[in-house]
Formats: sequence, structure tokens, C-alpha cells
Amino acid sequence: MAQLTYREAVGEGIAQEMRRDSNVVFLGEDVAAAGGVFKTTVGLLEEFGPDRIRDTPISEQAIIGAAMGASMTGLRPIAEIMFSDFFAVCWDLVANQIAKTRYMTDGQCSFPLVLRSANGGGSRFGAQHSQSIENWAMAVPGLKVVAPSNAADVKGLLAASIRDPDPVMFFEQKSLYAIKGEVPEGEHVEPLGVANIVRSGTDVTIGALAAMVPRALKAAEALQNEHGVSAEVVDVRCLVPLDTQTILESVARTGRFVTVEENPRLCGWGAELASIVAEELFWDLDGPIVRVTTPHIPLPSADELEDALMPSPERIVESVKHLVD
Amino acid sequence: MEETVTTSTDPSEGSGDIRYIDTEIRLKLYRTMYECRVLEQRAYDLFMQNLVKGTSHLALGQEAIAAGFGVAMRQDDYTFCTYRGHTHTYVRGVSMESILGELMGRECGLLRGKGGSMHLTSVEHGAMGSYAIIGAHLPVAAGAAWSAQYRGTGQVTVCFFGDGTTNIGAFHEALNFAVIWKLPVVFVCENNLYMEYTAIKDVTAVENPAADRAEAYGLEPILIDGNDVDVVYEAAGVALDKARKGGGPSLIEAKTYRHGGHSRADPGKYRPDEELQGWLARDPIPTYRERLISLGIEDESLEAIESETDAAIDAATEVARNSPPPPVDIAHIDVWADGSASWRN
Repeated sequence: MAQLTYREAVGEGIAQEMRRDSNVVFLGEDVAAAGGVFKTTVGLLEEFGPDRIRDTPISEQAIIGAAMGASMTGLRPIAEIMFSDFFAVCWDLVANQIAKTRYMTDGQCSFPLVLRSANGGGSRFGAQHSQSIENWAMAVPGLKVVAPSNAADVKGLLAASIRDPDPVMFFEQKSLYAIKGEVPEGEHVEPLGVANIVRSGTDVTIGALAAMVPRALKAAEALQNEHGVSAEVVDVRCLVPLDTQTILESVARTGRFVTVEENPRLCGWGAELASIVAEELFWDLDGPIVRVTTPHIPLPSADELEDALMPSPERIVESVKHLVD
Repeated sequence: MEETVTTSTDPSEGSGDIRYIDTEIRLKLYRTMYECRVLEQRAYDLFMQNLVKGTSHLALGQEAIAAGFGVAMRQDDYTFCTYRGHTHTYVRGVSMESILGELMGRECGLLRGKGGSMHLTSVEHGAMGSYAIIGAHLPVAAGAAWSAQYRGTGQVTVCFFGDGTTNIGAFHEALNFAVIWKLPVVFVCENNLYMEYTAIKDVTAVENPAADRAEAYGLEPILIDGNDVDVVYEAAGVALDKARKGGGPSLIEAKTYRHGGHSRADPGKYRPDEELQGWLARDPIPTYRERLISLGIEDESLEAIESETDAAIDAATEVARNSPPPPVDIAHIDVWADGSASWRN
């Protein structure tokens, strides 16, 4: 095991796949010479050269379009969109073109590409550089959606995303970039569509994603130590494909289900999971399904204001306590 | 045989000097244009019989552009086109029956009814898709060109689009991107003078929406008569050759005119009659036929092309008419590369 930051794991994942497959290429704004504005891709240009690691103009449609055209003609491009909020200026390419063209052409083409982006809040960037847009992506048929919570998963899930034959939206939660974690040495690939039980418990199942996973774990710790509540925490990891089995099995055991979502409330990913649990596990439930989310409000920038909106361990504890009591 | 066809240098009024083009190529150009014409005319007729649903955007009057490029391209080159893309798809070698079948939503359709008129695609023919959101395919075409450049295959990508596309952001992003990466791509603006219902000149800062902007990307302004298939063929050859040799992209503006409205719902009444009549007199197909006759090509050989094509479109129509609707189960497949539509376990 090596200790790597979440940020370093991004570069490690890309490098691992570029070494094994010369069709993997990488493009984005400030990604080559500068190593990325979040320093996730430092050293790639030096190792793989300017034909494979390419700086682009500030042209998100060109970046995504180029990745699409390259992927349908034999390459496996990785494109970086600096902040996930910027998908709003190139969403046609993502939602209308990449996601639908395989289906519309009766399966004639595939799009083995990865769209990486820094997603989410907690970094005081304000409402246009802090959104959690995983639920935008989840709403479009034809896109796979991955959002890792730790360095090992960044490397393993990124590798799997690059190898995947379908388009993958890969959301890196930017407030986690500096967090260190154990990452297996050597080749590391984690399959997509497998949720991970990161803490076992018996009273309630908490489903969380990306930066909400460490917060849910902190809440579970407090629930155990201060309230005698045993919470199981499931790191959902992938929204599409969605590992409903791991979640349903967990909820069947605990009888209670809470989602912790960074996305704004309406149509957040937890709403879909809540409806699946309600429909398929209704008679096993011991209480209502509870969603802890960012409210349906744009994120403000000041520390106290942003913290007041994003789900905190304290809010998770309160919600679970209320459910269990 | 060296001949010159000289008219005005204004591409909307006629052609400049034409270099020698082999007779066999000229016959191929004529045949391809004529095939495109009957295909589009048949699509219109089937629409009027309510056998084609939804919408349909015909390229009647604009056939010389697809034909000129289609004949000039290498078989493994890529094309990207718009929702007005029946002819651009056809010229790559796709059959008439699979195009008509797709328009009619039949099992024999090119996409088995999953795409429709606006999304004709045949990857095996290098026809990499018809794109129905204005401008979307210009960056995608750049990406295919990047791939060919990276893989060193010598393939060139040709990207067709309308005049209206020149005012959307993706046009600018793709042009700049293609130039800085020196990509083997030819951007072809088919300026038929109208976006949908509005004249392009009424909403554009420059007179020639593509050519007048070429220099902003460090490209040579190229403005050609898109109704003269010889001119198109020659311009295509020059641009394809440049791209193939590593010279980077070209931007060609081909002036033309659609004989009908924007789509089925549009009778095109906003166009002055004088303008329409002037362009109908410059219909690329009869004018080219006259040129071929004047160059000494036998009328019989042209008639043979016409009668063969007329028979072929009738046969293709029958095949498409008799093809059953697609099996309903295909609605549920091929979202993902494994063939499934599954999003959960």
C-alpha cells in the first residue's frame, strides 16, 4: 500500500492506463504543461509527450466534441472539464450527442471516453464553481456516472472508466483533492457499478457519495459513541450503473434508509434510490426513508454560509436520531 | 481534352475557369447528382403519401455539393453532416432502400427506425452521422480528424453544415481548434442563403458568412459556386489533398439554393419569386447535363444513367414499402456497448 492524495491518485490512474494502451489520449485546459489547475495531472506531459497529453483552448465544446469524434474512430480519450459547472456550456455534446448516438445509430458506434471534472462544494468558490452535478448526468440515458470518495477508488475507478466501452462522467470532489489514503501498489482497477460497505452497522443504512462519505462516516462514529446507534455506511460510488443490490440487502437488514447527498434536493440521486427502496423493500422498513441533502439553493461562498447548506455530520446525526427515536 | 467554362467570377452567378476533368469522373458526378435528386424527390413524394413521418429536410437543389465531395473523397475518409443529410450519406455508398426505409421507420432502414431522417449514419461507409443540433458536429469532426492524425492513417474528415451554423459558438470553437492542431479536416459551409425561414444576410455581420471569417482563423477565404459540380469537385480535391499531406484544415463556402422550404412544414413563401426563378434556372443537374452534351457526351449515355436511376429508386421504394416495421424489442437495446439498456443490478 502507498499513501497517496486523492489528487495524486488521478494522475496515477491515468498514467497506469496510458502505459498499457497507446490509444488512451488526454486533453483539457491547462492539463499538460501546467499539470492541471488542481495539479491532478502533473508529470503526465513529461512521461507521455505532447501527442498524448494536450492543452486546449478554453473551448469546452471543442474539448468534448474532439473526445467524441476520437472515441468513435478508435481512440480512448480522457477529457478534462476544469469545473463541472462548465458542463453547462457543452451539455449539447454530452447529453444530445455522446449519450444518444450509439442508440440512435442502432449500435453502430461506441464511445469509450471519460469526461473528468472537479465537482462539488466546500471550497468557497461560490455558486458557479461548486455545484454537484452528478444528478444532471444521471438523468441522461447513455452516460455512466462515477464519483469516488477516496484515493484508492479514484485510481481504481478511473482505470475502469478508461477501459469501459461506454462514456463515463467521472466526478472528482474537489474538496477531497488533498486527502491522503491507502492505494494498492501495482495495477489497480475497481469495477464500475459496485457499491462499497465502508462501515458495518445494524440499525440504519446510510447511503452516501463522494465527499459525503467521510461526513457520513464521521456521523456514524458519533451516532455509535454518543447515541448507541449502529449505522451502516454504503459508499454508492457509481450512480450509473447503480448497485441497488448492495443497498437493498443492507436496508433489508437494518430496516432504515438515509441518503446523504451533496446535490441540491430536487431530483437528487437519493430520490431515485429512495423510490427503489420504497417500491422493493417497503414491508421491511421500520420507518420513513430520509434524505439529507443540500437544500434547493445555489451554494454561497462565505465559509459559514456554505457550511450551513452542505450536509454536515451534525445534520446527518440529527436526521438519523430523529428516525431511530 | 482541355475545356474552359467561363462565366462570371461571382459564385452566385456562375463558374470560373474549370480545369480538365476526366469524362468518366464527369459521368460519375452527373450520375451521383441525379441519384441524389431522385432520392430526395422520392422522399418528398413518400412524405406527401404520409409514409414518411416526423420531419424531413431535403437538399433538392444542393446536390452538387454532396456529389462533388462524394466523388472526390477516398473510401475510408470520414463525413459528418447535418439533419439535411440524406444525400451526404447516400454519396458514401449507402443504399437507397436503407435510406428510404429509415425515413419510413422500417426494419430495412439504415438505423432500423431508431434514428430517423435527421440521424442517418453508416460507420462502415465512413458516414459518421447526421447531426440535428446546429453546430454540434463541427467539434466532433475535428475529433475524428485528430484521431486520424494520431493514428497516422491519412484519412480526411469532411464536415458539411449550413450557413446558419456560422453564427453558433461551436463553429468558432471547432475552427480555431482544428487550425491550432493542424487537423486533416475540411469544413464545408453550404450557404443556401436561408437559415430556416430567415435570410442569413439579415442576421449576419458579414456578407459571406463562412468565407469572410476564414482569415480570422488564419485560413484562406474560399468561396465557390456550389451549384457547379465541377467546381465543387475541384475544390474538394484541393482541400482533401492539402489535409492529407498534413497542411491542415480548409473552410469552403459553397453558395447554393434549396428548391423547397426548410422542412416539410415550410413552403418557403418568404423567398422572392425572382430570386427563386433565378436559382431554378441554375439548377445544378440540367445545367450540368447541358455542359456534358456541349462537351460531346452522347445524350444516350446520360439517358441510360437517368433510366437506370429511375428504375433503381422505384425498386428501392418497393423494398422499403414492403419492409415490416422494426421488431419492438429493439427499442430496449443498444444504449450500452454490451447491447443492453440496463442501469442497475
